[in-house]
Amino acid sequence: MTEDVIIVEGLTKIFNGGLVAVDHASFNVKSGEIFGFLGPNGTGKTTTIKMLTTILKPTEGRAFILGNDIIKQNSSVKNAIGVLPQEYTADEDLTGYQNIMLCAALYGVPKDISKKRTTELLNLVELTSFKDKEVQTYSGGMRRRLELVCSLINNPKVLFLDEPTLGLDVQTRAATWNYLKALKKEFGMTFFLTTHYLEEADSLCDRVAIIDHGKIVTVGAPKDLKKDLGGDIVMLSVQDDATDISSIIKRVPRVKEVKRQDGTYRIKVEDGEETAPDIIDAVRTEGHKVARLSLTKPTLDEVYIEFTGKSLREEEGSKATVFRQRATIQNAEGRRM
Amino acid sequence: MTSNDRNSNNPLHGLGALTTRELIKWFKNPVVFILTVVQPIIWMGLLGKGINISGLFTVNHFPSLTLNPPPTQQQLLQINTYFTGLQSQIMTNLFGVTDYFSFLSCGIVIFITLLATTYSATSVVLDRRFGFLNKLLATSVSKSVIVISKIISTTLRALVQAIIVIGVAFLFGLKTGTNFSPLSILGTFAIVFLFGMGMSSIFVAVSLRTSRLETQSAFINFVTIPLMFASNAFFPISLMPSWLQAVANVNPTSYAVDAVRRFIIDSGNLSNLAVDFAYVGAFALTLTTISIVLSWRFLSK
Repeated sequence: MTEDVIIVEGLTKIFNGGLVAVDHASFNVKSGEIFGFLGPNGTGKTTTIKMLTTILKPTEGRAFILGNDIIKQNSSVKNAIGVLPQEYTADEDLTGYQNIMLCAALYGVPKDISKKRTTELLNLVELTSFKDKEVQTYSGGMRRRLELVCSLINNPKVLFLDEPTLGLDVQTRAATWNYLKALKKEFGMTFFLTTHYLEEADSLCDRVAIIDHGKIVTVGAPKDLKKDLGGDIVMLSVQDDATDISSIIKRVPRVKEVKRQDGTYRIKVEDGEETAPDIIDAVRTEGHKVARLSLTKPTLDEVYIEFTGKSLREEEGSKATVFRQRATIQNAEGRRM
Repeated sequence: MTSNDRNSNNPLHGLGALTTRELIKWFKNPVVFILTVVQPIIWMGLLGKGINISGLFTVNHFPSLTLNPPPTQQQLLQINTYFTGLQSQIMTNLFGVTDYFSFLSCGIVIFITLLATTYSATSVVLDRRFGFLNKLLATSVSKSVIVISKIISTTLRALVQAIIVIGVAFLFGLKTGTNFSPLSILGTFAIVFLFGMGMSSIFVAVSLRTSRLETQSAFINFVTIPLMFASNAFFPISLMPSWLQAVANVNPTSYAVDAVRRFIIDSGNLSNLAVDFAYVGAFALTLTTISIVLSWRFLSK
């Protein structure tokens, strides 16, 4: 179970025109895990997926999927993986069922096997009653599920998902996570997904890599990454803020660091729920009155800030930058005429 | 393991599925399907019946002949016979048959084929736009197969339209020559198929990297109209100025049209068919090969 399904060594993509989309990325993905690539739009997540799924040729570096080189053995790689691209790729004029059977034929899956598998997968994603409707009548969530079935039809050992819940409402997003978890349980496959949703990385992924401007800044389980930040944050202020009581707070067990900023104490602690009452007790014993106290559990966003110096949520705002970057990549791929 | 995979993998896998997909899409869209059926009928009616070239040579269009002394009844009959003979003589010399409609119908068979093949360009661009091509490229289906499926499905569409044109032409009174036999119809299909393959290959090749439909329509107009008018489809080459004759004589359209005429409306002299087939066959083979080779390098998302 611990063998590495995906091995990436110094993978780099520089587009014509010098845009470095992926900069010497190295990481391993273990068998059976859900591995997330977290970062804002336009930081090279899709480019990485395209290289790993053999659609784009890397400028530099190597990568192996199930031991097959993505460049030299690309047809073996293609047959062993499933890909759920960012955009909708189903043929709108065909029915859901026709689309799935078409995908099966493209992967060379024999008809009797693909028919059985289609029934099974359609049931799993609850699309059975819509299978004979044309895809253009599907909702966004239904289309995603159909794409998911298509990407699974060749029974892939590794499934690549590029922003699997992009543009879906919160409810459908949560449902999609459940489908993915069900798939993992049912087939034990390995997932590689990209996302810019913190919640998605946090609740779905076993491990995440945080990517910033094409570089991987850290890799780890969301839980560990948050723990590495040094635990929870307690913010405390006292009524008489003239005297510095940092030394009192420091004496409380499980308190790791105290910083005083404008009369407010920013306290890094382990097990915030347990430690906060102890801090209050210690401060009171010394004759000070607590004016205000709050407890923050670290989120992946704090991890993100720690490693990149900026908030992922803030970066969401700069849509214009993203579009510019996308246009640059598309131009660099040289397909505009 | 890898080499086994590759061997067990038929290099043409996916071809049937992709070709079927195109045809399903075509049949499922009733508007497009009906229009492709109606379009040849309109062309036949407008061009074939509207431009009545043989009518130019009928006696009553000539200035009335005033002779002194006035001709006798018998002389008048002779003059009339002379002009009628002159008309069919001129038509036969120029068009090979006595009525322009039969001449033109054969041209329209190829004209419709040409128009139908332009769809291959559009469909590649649409697949790219809707992300379907992206998905295809992620599978182990080879780029050659993607291109061949486009060429074959478009050619089959063209063939169906050509069949309709021939049917309509017969209904409108096409006069067959002595060469005509049921085999001629099969021969016509063969030449339409080859010509269609060559033309759809051109259109596929230019859309290998395009994502704009405007580029396609500009190119289609740029190519189709000159190809039709610099050929024998509407008018005999012998009446063209020499520079245009030179163009028409290398234009594959001329050879395809010539073959259709020899099969359906001509009498005698089948020997030239070999030249027609060799030329159009080489055209189809070369362009299909070129578009496949180009796809290896250029077909991308």
